[in-house]
Amino acid sequence: MARVVIMGAGVSGHTAASFLQDWIGKEHEVVVVTPNSKWNWIPSNIWVGVGEMSKEDVTFDLAPVYEKVGATFKQAKALSIHPQGGKDAISPYITIEYTDSSKSGEKEVVTYDYLINATGPKLNFAATEGLGPDSGNTVSVCTAEHAEHASKELQACIEKMKNGEKQKFLIGTGHGMCTCQGAAFEYIFNVEFVLANAGVRDMAEITWISNESFLGDFGIGGLHIKRGGYAASSKLFAESIYAERDVGWIIGAHVNKVEKGKAHYELLDGTMDVEEFDFAMLIPPFAGVGLKAFDKNDNDITADIFAANGFLKVDADYTPKPYEEWKASDWPRNYQNPTYKNIFAVGIAFAPPHLISKPMSSPNGTPINPTPPRTGMPSAMIGKAVAKSIRDMIIEGKSEPTHTASMTEMGAACVASTGKNFFSGTAAALTVYPVVPDFEKYPGIGRDLNHTFGEIGLAGHWIKHLLHYGFLWKAQMKPGWKFIPE
Amino acid sequence: METKEKSQTPHVKHIEPYTAEFETMVPTGMVKFFRTCVIWQFIRFIALNIKMTLVILKSHK
Repeated sequence: MARVVIMGAGVSGHTAASFLQDWIGKEHEVVVVTPNSKWNWIPSNIWVGVGEMSKEDVTFDLAPVYEKVGATFKQAKALSIHPQGGKDAISPYITIEYTDSSKSGEKEVVTYDYLINATGPKLNFAATEGLGPDSGNTVSVCTAEHAEHASKELQACIEKMKNGEKQKFLIGTGHGMCTCQGAAFEYIFNVEFVLANAGVRDMAEITWISNESFLGDFGIGGLHIKRGGYAASSKLFAESIYAERDVGWIIGAHVNKVEKGKAHYELLDGTMDVEEFDFAMLIPPFAGVGLKAFDKNDNDITADIFAANGFLKVDADYTPKPYEEWKASDWPRNYQNPTYKNIFAVGIAFAPPHLISKPMSSPNGTPINPTPPRTGMPSAMIGKAVAKSIRDMIIEGKSEPTHTASMTEMGAACVASTGKNFFSGTAAALTVYPVVPDFEKYPGIGRDLNHTFGEIGLAGHWIKHLLHYGFLWKAQMKPGWKFIPE
Repeated sequence: METKEKSQTPHVKHIEPYTAEFETMVPTGMVKFFRTCVIWQFIRFIALNIKMTLVILKSHK
């Protein structure tokens, strides 16, 4: 009997666990280790953040779902990987520490035959002084709890505006190397929509701040959409909605310190400036969760398996090279660690070979460029592909992974809400193919124009609702869940 | 006597010439109308779902 251990139960890890349990769970063991007791449909956190949903609307308890299907669930955080086993153990194993209140702090060794690192991001608020809701000066929508807190702060601002006090809102990214510009984009326009509906829009000054060199970069170097016979840049469409909704913008910015009511930042031209605010939601940069790795003699081999940013190395080309030499083939296809063939990394947990957007830095040497996003659809597809490979390795004895999911060979469908209301809401529904541009296959714009499109409207909002209910249904493994595509 | 023309972008009042907002495009009133016209958006809902499904199928290997 084989044991597959999956660290992390976000979109990617839970997808892998669900399918593996379905395919091999009767004869083999699937173990899910995650510090969170709940699964979170993260795309809807922005609606929690403006008070349009509660955190209960976007989460559910994981334990009953895994129990229902027969998977082993350990509510714990993974601490270290021992891919060679240890002095007393031949089998490779991980060490975990329980976060479940009944066993809080208890440590355990969990052996594995196959390991999937799906630990996702560490929300690295500490990278910017004063950033974050816990001990900093900004709110966040990265978790359901953070979003609930953000909503309360937003409501307080609305009350002040109703009492005649003007408020300044600053929303975007809180560091020069953030990703997730899309989430911040959704949040700024949902805030704008809520303020307009509350009748206080004229009392608010709303400003965007991000590390993108142009609006519409979104961490993927922008995209092109066919419009009126042209292949039009996302820059045009992004700037359009900001202008239409009277949202100012500061781009090419590295926020380096946040005080109460003030965000200090550096621009790509080296200028230093300060933006005042009454309410600020700034996305933190991501890092790996801090897993360590040790060989059988307890020597630290973390740097052998993990990149400097804490994400796990896979079958990517990590050779440092300038932007002009980047190729689609740099990107991983089967997400297998090159040294330990029974270890895979999926979703945000794998180490990308480099950025997607062009690297840029200020004259002071400060890197100011978006890092690669791994959104829901690619993350889930990667998780499923790795699950298929592991299934084939276990059941059919394949020595190599059998399925691939390169971000240069897949598209992403994204729906960015710009206001929630069944009849007056809108969202930008877009697809991009491929996620990572391939300038060799698609000279000029790097993408397939026939499968890259976008438009704003009520239809997009309805689609976002559909995705909300559909993916919560799928993640709870309710009847027919397998037929809902990733 | 100068008469004021009816604006084709009535929802956008704040753009100043020679600012970044002036140098981009803003939707006309008609575009805004169709964004939330239920009948038209229902047709777009069907079309978008078909287009997204095609991208999803192309992406799954």
